[in-house]
Amino acid sequence: MNKMIKKILMTGAIGVWTLTLVGCGASKESITVYNWGDYIDPEVNDLFTEETGIKVIYSEYANNEEMYATVEPGNVNYDILVPSDYMVEKMIHNGMLEKIDTTQLTNYMHIDEEFKNLPFDPDDSYSVPYMWGTVGIVYNTKLVDKPVDSWDVLWDEKYKEQIFMYDSERDSIMVALKKLGYSMNTRDEKELEEAKELLIQQAPLVLAYVGDEGKGKMVNEEAALMIAWAGDAMVMMDENPDLAYAIPKEGSNYFVDSIVIPKGSKNIAGAHQYIDFLCRPEIAARNAEYIGYSTPMSAAKELLPEEIKNSEVAYPPKEMLNDEKMEMFNDPSDVIELYSSLWTQVKASN
Amino acid sequence: MNRKSLAYPYLIWAAIFIVVPLLLIVYFSFFEGGQFTLQNYEKFLEDYYIKALFRSIQLALTSTIICLVAAYPLAMILSGKQMSNKQVILLLVVLPMWMNSLLRTYAWASLLENNGVINSMLQALQLPTIKFLYGNSAVVFGMVYNFFPFMVLPIYNVLCKIDHSIVEASYDLGADKVTTFRKVILPLSMPGVITGIVMVFMPALTTFLITRLLGGGKVMLIGNIIEEQFTRTRDLAFGSAVSMILMVIVLITLTFMSKKDSLDKGGGLF
Repeated sequence: MNKMIKKILMTGAIGVWTLTLVGCGASKESITVYNWGDYIDPEVNDLFTEETGIKVIYSEYANNEEMYATVEPGNVNYDILVPSDYMVEKMIHNGMLEKIDTTQLTNYMHIDEEFKNLPFDPDDSYSVPYMWGTVGIVYNTKLVDKPVDSWDVLWDEKYKEQIFMYDSERDSIMVALKKLGYSMNTRDEKELEEAKELLIQQAPLVLAYVGDEGKGKMVNEEAALMIAWAGDAMVMMDENPDLAYAIPKEGSNYFVDSIVIPKGSKNIAGAHQYIDFLCRPEIAARNAEYIGYSTPMSAAKELLPEEIKNSEVAYPPKEMLNDEKMEMFNDPSDVIELYSSLWTQVKASN
Repeated sequence: MNRKSLAYPYLIWAAIFIVVPLLLIVYFSFFEGGQFTLQNYEKFLEDYYIKALFRSIQLALTSTIICLVAAYPLAMILSGKQMSNKQVILLLVVLPMWMNSLLRTYAWASLLENNGVINSMLQALQLPTIKFLYGNSAVVFGMVYNFFPFMVLPIYNVLCKIDHSIVEASYDLGADKVTTFRKVILPLSMPGVITGIVMVFMPALTTFLITRLLGGGKVMLIGNIIEEQFTRTRDLAFGSAVSMILMVIVLITLTFMSKKDSLDKGGGLF
């Protein structure tokens, strides 16, 4: 009998001991970050853990819609997301974001004034700008002899089957609307119909509607022209010096990707610490240099190598950005089905 | 524990991961906010959706026929007694399946590029380069490449099981090779052929990956439309309706194929 009691006590003791061990493991603080693919210098997360002891659980998505589809059902909890402007607007509208207390962010002052109070989050209560950029045309100067300054070049018979378009209804319809001189946020069905017709007309000239793999293919000179985000263009031009980037004169999309904390976050304090860390100029500069996109902090820009700092691709002249032809997307929820059906018609046209 | 209860884990699995999702798809496609509606199906009646559906069927049929024509002789040769290194060839057929098909399709996408490995080799040999990529033929190629083993294996299995004495009897009774093939081997191998057709036709009909990578997004198939609804448009109702339509087509094909009662005799799948 004694033996029995001893055994039970022993088991109990081991049990308690194990529990404490497990408890220790769980109390190690962590935050879960869900960001675009290739959108951070991977060492930055290690630096953050080194400094704060907070572990970063990191995963990536390919586009805003994919991120939204993962987060919306609410069964996966993230602490940090990096949606673009229109997606921030949509998530605020749907009550999916926590407020960010900017007074807790010691580095918030580094964010330039022009990136504050943007229309998608007018009083900056839900988002902190992370990176920004423009959409334009990447072209191979060996294959395209005349200067590129207009979307028209993507409709030029001369470049038949040498054009990559993005397999994204939003970006493609944006290009067509801009070429037609309309706002890219138009809800006018007639204007959208015209954009569709224009894209159908373009379809025979398009070599392929690509995703992220298009970048590598452009570097390999598979095609002469491609729509690209400025940050990607920086990386591509770095790999192939024959490539160049232009923002067409008809105007284009100008975007800001911001850091947000979604509802359901289990470590809001840790998330604030992480945001503050990313806003530190040295860290922001490190990320900007690594990923090629443009930082919204002048202090960070100053720390960048000369050729990036002075690049008109990454940092186009202010008057260009302030031109009303450069637009940000609005929340597209109300037209998303129409866009999808238009895009299907374009792609099914040939 | 009797033998029947061994099937319970699978039954539970099937209920949770097959039956429930199916019912959800049915529900999503017919109900909008609790109201019965057919509008998701009406939406599909646009000519461009119908066109995508027919193109899917057409491309899937083409690749099934190519697979069949290429696989049957191979299976015949492999099942023949005189083949000494058939294990090696069989391994070569199955080997690609050890790798993820996404990876292999990505590899083809870069091998077949205008400046890809194959065209560079042609160029080095002073031969004209070929534009392989982006279009229907590249998609058919991808389908044939990916699904070819699914045609070879069932036919090979059935052919191996054919009692050789039946074939010999046919020869003894004076039939020549062609007649023996036509009247004895082919009918006996039909279960394998039908399984092979089903195994190739179904994934070819529903693929969206091959079209995206090798078709360059220019070939819009039914699978791409469904994928788009779920991942980008977030129109679950319409996506479910298109899935239902696809399932009905698959069901019709299966019923049509299984009219041959021989399915249980070997290569049968269901």
